[in-house]
Amino acid sequence: MTLKIAAKISSGLFVVDVHYEARPGITALFGPSGSGKSVSLAAVAGLLRPQSGTISFNEQQFANAEKSLHVRTQDRKIGMVSQNAALLSHLSPLENVAIALLNSHDRAQRQERASHWLGRVQAEHLAKLPTASLSGGEQQRVALARALAGAPQLLLLDEPFSALDQTSRIAVRSLIIELVAELKLTAIIVTHDLIDVAALANQLVLFEPGRTVASHELIRGQTAELARLVGLTI
Amino acid sequence: MTSWFPLWLSLRVSAMATIFASVAGIAVAYVLAKGRFRFRSLIEAVVTLPIVLPPTVLGYYLLTLLGVNSPIGKSWERIFGAPLVFTQTAAVIAASISALPYVVRTARAAIESVDARLEAAARIAGLSEWQVARVVTFPVAARGIGAGVALGFARALGDFGATVMVAGNIPNRTQTLPIAVYDAVQSGDLDAARVGSFVLGAIAVIVLLIVTQISGRKL
Repeated sequence: MTLKIAAKISSGLFVVDVHYEARPGITALFGPSGSGKSVSLAAVAGLLRPQSGTISFNEQQFANAEKSLHVRTQDRKIGMVSQNAALLSHLSPLENVAIALLNSHDRAQRQERASHWLGRVQAEHLAKLPTASLSGGEQQRVALARALAGAPQLLLLDEPFSALDQTSRIAVRSLIIELVAELKLTAIIVTHDLIDVAALANQLVLFEPGRTVASHELIRGQTAELARLVGLTI
Repeated sequence: MTSWFPLWLSLRVSAMATIFASVAGIAVAYVLAKGRFRFRSLIEAVVTLPIVLPPTVLGYYLLTLLGVNSPIGKSWERIFGAPLVFTQTAAVIAASISALPYVVRTARAAIESVDARLEAAARIAGLSEWQVARVVTFPVAARGIGAGVALGFARALGDFGATVMVAGNIPNRTQTLPIAVYDAVQSGDLDAARVGSFVLGAIAVIVLLIVTQISGRKL
């Protein structure tokens, strides 16, 4: 289950030329702000259309600009967690998770499955609380449960830790490692933090402004090798 | 004004007009807020016309559109056996048209202000466009839409020019409260005019209080 992207994508402000493959496990997109990491993720999610090139996952083409092919976001069967958890404050955390099951389960099953996923991210106790009262870390757990509840094979993580304190960050990071391995997902994470890359990723894609420049295999936790790859001296 | 009939009729006409203007107005607001198509500006201009046209001119156009010699008027008479104009139904139509732009403009602003990231998250979660609207867009925009509906009701209740042109001023049949106030002043019954004006003013203040309350702002 490999994501392949070879496309030029316009964010509206700039164009990014993206070439990489993401295999099962966690692929980190690393590079300076404005280099196009989140833009490439938005295109994978179907929120942006490539100007040229293709995006495919597991032999299914998501987009092919030359053939004017663009699979709707709803039909890509992906999960996504963003910097802003994007939870609906008029729904409870449980209901926020349950919306990912709206088309596949009846009401009782939805409640049960949503409860299950909240449990998997250690957030079952939050189920009925007012969503607006949750901390950043709690909101990201709920967002992660929603992303996984739809049984995606591809998980997109766009700076999911940037609003979290250190404790929440470590906890959510561990959860992601555990769940991606257990569910055999292909996950792509956009991050500015090398510690996130070192802790999470088994593949690294480096971005420069407007393009991807390199792709490397990583062994999780090998920070010295990682530092060498991104040009740091430690 | 010798009875409570004008108030009762006004409330009834305004309630029905608010229902029609809300159903049509929220749908139009959604299409204008989300759609990218030709003639969008034209639709927007046509929907806004009742705000900028003098009410009597709006009434004149409605009279032309619905009158006994118009295709709509003739069809109506053929089906129902009586003309459409100078009836309570005509009053509802006039009030609906007058209220429509207030619903559309306020609801559209509310729909456009919904955080696009919430809608994107719902699409990624697999919701269809209709489900995104039902689960995300409308609930998040509900306060603004509610304010638009309340403003539409106030506008429908206060309509004079368009209503008098298409529904006339027939006591105990089509005479709404604003028309009854005008009638009372013309006939020198200032007590009746005072009572009618007070009632309309009180309802307008209550509606404005509701609008500011549900919009989350203070006066």
